[in-house]
Amino acid sequence: MRPDLGRITMSNFTRRGLLKTGAVAGAGLAMPTLITSPLAAYTNEPTGGSVTLGFNVPQTGPYADEGADELRAYQLAVEHLNGGGDGGMMNTFSSKALKGNGILGKKVEYVTGDTQTKSDAARASAKSMIEKDGAIMITGGSSSGVAVAVQGLCQEAGVIFMAGLTHSNDTTGKDKKANGFRHFFNGYMSGAALAPVLAKEYGTDRRAYHLTADYTWGWTQQESIQQATEAKGWSTVNNVLTPLATTDFSSYIAPVLNSGADVLVLNHYGGNMVNSLTNAVQFGLRDKQVNGKNFEIVVPLYSELMAKGAGENIKGILGSTNWSWTLGDDGTKAFVKAFGEKYGFPPSNAAQTVYAQTLLYADACERAGTFNPCGIAEALEGFEFDGLGNGPTLYRKEDHQCFKDVLVMKGKDNPTNEYDALEIVEVTPRAQVEYAPDHPMFAGGDLGQCNPGA
Amino acid sequence: MNTFSKADKNTLLFVIIITMLAPFILNPFPEGSAMAQFNAGYPDLMQRFAIFGILAVGFNILFGLTGYLSFGHAAFLGVGSYSAVWMFKLLSMNIIPALILSVIIAGIFALVIGFISLRRSGIYFSILTLAFAQMSFSLAYSVLTPITNGETGLQITLNDPRILDGGTGAGNLPVTGLFGLEMRNTFTLDLGAWAFQFNVGYYICAIFLILAFYLSMRIFRSPFGLMLRAIKTNQTRLNYTGLNSRPYTLAAFVISGMYAGLAGGLMAAMDPLAGAERMQWTASGEIVLMTILGGAGTLLGPVLGAGFIKYFENIFSKINDNVLHTWFSILPDGLENAIVWVLHFFVGKGWHLTLGMLFMLVVIFLPGGLMEGADRIRARFGRNKGKGEDTPNATNPAE
Amino acid sequence: MDQFLLQVLNGLDKGSAYALIALGLTLIFGTLGVVNFAHGALFMVGAFCAVSMQKIFEISKITIDATKTDFLGNPLKVKTPYVIEWFGESAGNAMINWSVPLAILLAIPVMLLVGYIMERGLIKHFYKRPHADQILVTFGLAIVIQEIVKASYGANPIPTPAPSQFVGSFDFGVLLGMDPNAVIYPYWRLIYFAFSAVIISAVFAFLRFTTFGMVVRAGMADRETVGLLGINIDRRFTLMFGAAAAVAGLAGVMYTPINSPNYHMGMDFLVLSFVVVVVGGMGSLPGAVLAGFMLGILESFASMNAVKEFFEMLYLPSIDQIIIYLVAIIVLLTRPRGLMGKAGVMEE
Repeated sequence: MRPDLGRITMSNFTRRGLLKTGAVAGAGLAMPTLITSPLAAYTNEPTGGSVTLGFNVPQTGPYADEGADELRAYQLAVEHLNGGGDGGMMNTFSSKALKGNGILGKKVEYVTGDTQTKSDAARASAKSMIEKDGAIMITGGSSSGVAVAVQGLCQEAGVIFMAGLTHSNDTTGKDKKANGFRHFFNGYMSGAALAPVLAKEYGTDRRAYHLTADYTWGWTQQESIQQATEAKGWSTVNNVLTPLATTDFSSYIAPVLNSGADVLVLNHYGGNMVNSLTNAVQFGLRDKQVNGKNFEIVVPLYSELMAKGAGENIKGILGSTNWSWTLGDDGTKAFVKAFGEKYGFPPSNAAQTVYAQTLLYADACERAGTFNPCGIAEALEGFEFDGLGNGPTLYRKEDHQCFKDVLVMKGKDNPTNEYDALEIVEVTPRAQVEYAPDHPMFAGGDLGQCNPGA
Repeated sequence: MNTFSKADKNTLLFVIIITMLAPFILNPFPEGSAMAQFNAGYPDLMQRFAIFGILAVGFNILFGLTGYLSFGHAAFLGVGSYSAVWMFKLLSMNIIPALILSVIIAGIFALVIGFISLRRSGIYFSILTLAFAQMSFSLAYSVLTPITNGETGLQITLNDPRILDGGTGAGNLPVTGLFGLEMRNTFTLDLGAWAFQFNVGYYICAIFLILAFYLSMRIFRSPFGLMLRAIKTNQTRLNYTGLNSRPYTLAAFVISGMYAGLAGGLMAAMDPLAGAERMQWTASGEIVLMTILGGAGTLLGPVLGAGFIKYFENIFSKINDNVLHTWFSILPDGLENAIVWVLHFFVGKGWHLTLGMLFMLVVIFLPGGLMEGADRIRARFGRNKGKGEDTPNATNPAE
Repeated sequence: MDQFLLQVLNGLDKGSAYALIALGLTLIFGTLGVVNFAHGALFMVGAFCAVSMQKIFEISKITIDATKTDFLGNPLKVKTPYVIEWFGESAGNAMINWSVPLAILLAIPVMLLVGYIMERGLIKHFYKRPHADQILVTFGLAIVIQEIVKASYGANPIPTPAPSQFVGSFDFGVLLGMDPNAVIYPYWRLIYFAFSAVIISAVFAFLRFTTFGMVVRAGMADRETVGLLGINIDRRFTLMFGAAAAVAGLAGVMYTPINSPNYHMGMDFLVLSFVVVVVGGMGSLPGAVLAGFMLGILESFASMNAVKEFFEMLYLPSIDQIIIYLVAIIVLLTRPRGLMGKAGVMEE
């Protein structure tokens, strides 16, 4: 076969075969010719009839199940965007730009990758999506370390990053990037939502003992909760940092009861949280009386999968989530119905946030009329919307953080089925969890300018 | 000193040709075809092949020659990366000072750890190196966050000083380069349905790989290399001759630590981020696996092993059910679903399973690693029977 | 004082898990000369025996209750475990409640079988191969076992509670005349400690007081001579491999109520238990047990606030992160072959 087209293109972040369009150029030449093509307007500009999104989720390692749930939601979102299924939350979304014919008329395709919950592996996977598969947007992840790392990569590469489950203040604080957007809530919001409920349920003169995972997320989370609860009159007896690799927390929990504290706050996530909570309940802390009050345990950040892993131990314990399938609004109902009918069980809040992120991205493309990251960023900045399950929501321009209601949840005493481990205690209104963009916990970062790559 | 045999020269030439033509070799399938999923010729993965090749070649100088099995080599990789990123933050985005610093710091680190660990041998040495590496990882992840940025990994930011570059203008992050030649620049050559990517960063890595390979060849063939082999064969006897073997093993340890530092520096040069997981014991274990899988003690083996593992990590993990369905869509529905159901345990989220099974198969059937496989194939097809001591039967990895 | 006592308890408890795994590892290494990187996976398989037992008891008959609806509005499917159906409400619930201890009955045959198959099918071919090959092949096997468990049970931890009778903690303080709540310790962890003490003693007693054990010990010391005496040492070693697998498996079963098991729990323990074995000294059973308890106790002490603050003054913050490795380094530098290692074992 004679190569009928030969050309060299230069790009910063590369893209395979963008150039099928210019097939005429080399026709009839026996030798490959070298022609410099006009530069693409932005990284991975889609030229064919389809557009590729990159879903980068943990598929191996301890968060694999969470990643699997995110992937289910992504697949559902793609189906809905392409006009399949019942449309899910597209029907309840306040913006009506999406028509069910893909994005800007192009069919939505996707590639998947494995973050392994390691920043290195996540970046390698995202890079291969951008360089090899021509992904125009990267989304996903289930830890803040990965989110911040991949967000940085997307900024350099000139694609949009729609963060998945990331709860650290830093993602839209000191590590915020112009190309990165977060729908999920953060540590500050958890604190602001939880503190009033804690004060109401447990009183205002509590003494708290914090166990904190010894890395960035743990620290910001602990700081947020401490500040919010101290504002309500609580005092903090101690904050003990626990190594990430800890599996048995007994030696950290054993001294708690004798410290004079009457509340234990577990700033842990995932396997750490399941183990520390299980250990704390084993020690019988919740049956004890300290300072004349019932001893209580608080888990600031909950997830459905963690609740499942901790089993019975979760009963009666307060925490916060981004969303819950038990909410009663139309968006939630539509999503739970679509998800439940496809997979047979209700979605987790990680699934909801990635589904919403995908729709928000697609909608922004439609409204901007382009896939150019700068156009999309502009369309998302300051965007007010409703109908995606969290009530009226704002994508704030200054830090690309979504502001919406936060749920305070409690482990249910008598779950009716295995998906019903948590119940809503309070829907904390958005106004209560808002903060100024230059709040000290979020200071030190700079969005920079949007980067379209190329 | 030039004691290279003809076979050695051929090997070196082979490495040069392969690395230079990698963009073609790794992209055998046309764009858009079902098999394109298996193409590995995109910049990031090619860079990784070269970088982990350097790492494994360096590890082989220690393990393959002296038999000392270090279980903490990833620490040097991590240290190299951190040094390089700090150089990008403080001095300049030029990769030269970053690479120099990463090699030096990793060398110093290796000198200290090697000096202590080499007081013991065998598994006691392995556990000492493991302990040092795990300590480095734990500290980098938490306590040393001001230096390492902990969980997130160290990244360049807009407000870094970058003295030589005169800081960064507002807006976008600068990119790493070599005197203005950006690492991320890529030429795409479209030939019919094929698209071949030539990336500046990859070629920089490839040149370093060739240099690293050449240097390791020189070491293998030098009196120093001979001494290291003697240590592996029988250290006690060597000591009885009145020779102190410690300086030699220490030199080998430091050299291989510097190789790891170079690899770490290059990783940061290609993608300016240094994460703590790079130092975890699993990462150290991966280096050991690469070397043994390819064939410890052989020249080419470790490079092959590195490529093998990285290929699986990056290509197989991306094959999802959707891709499987498109492959087998011509089959009747029931059959298609059955095949996809079986295969989906081995690809995508199941890529670890495939990798684990392949480890076992290679170790069981090819005791000398992939190199033995290559030799057997060559032997089967006749020519080139007599070969140097490069063949696996000469290798007896350390115990 | 009370804190000190608490951490000793904690250390003994942590140490018993380390000691049990390290004991099995050393047994395999001492008898067969094989470095078994799949030993952590055996521990995990044991834990999943408990999970399986629980799942078996919870296999349910599904009936449709039309009066209630599930989250999609469809009629609710009500699950009744067959054990309740067959043995009645109280007996059935008791079985589910006691599934972890009952899993021991499942784990012993399963682990012996797994150990036997592993030794005959794979390890046997690696006796003469270099240790590096053994490490690689058993590591590969560990990954395969792990992934199979992940594919069948998922990656999320699965709660496997202890029988409800053992929930809560025992108040040692009151026993010693201190204030109530000063020194409390969960019942199940005390059971775990007692259990491991029994297993460890049983292994030692078996090796010391039975003829079989004597032959095995002789074989560990000098395999060739024992072979020359006409004793089929290989078969006995195979059985020892099965026994080591069973020890790891039982350690896993009993560990499940302490932490919900997940598929990678074996890897989490693997590196630690290797450190324990080496610190104890290669090939020494008492060394492995001693090092297990020693590291467990030191790790617990390192997590005490007072200790952490003390080391912080010495510019060593977060001592609990690195204590195990620091101790390993110090021991290996002061005692060349660990605490009780024999000369010439894995030193070349």
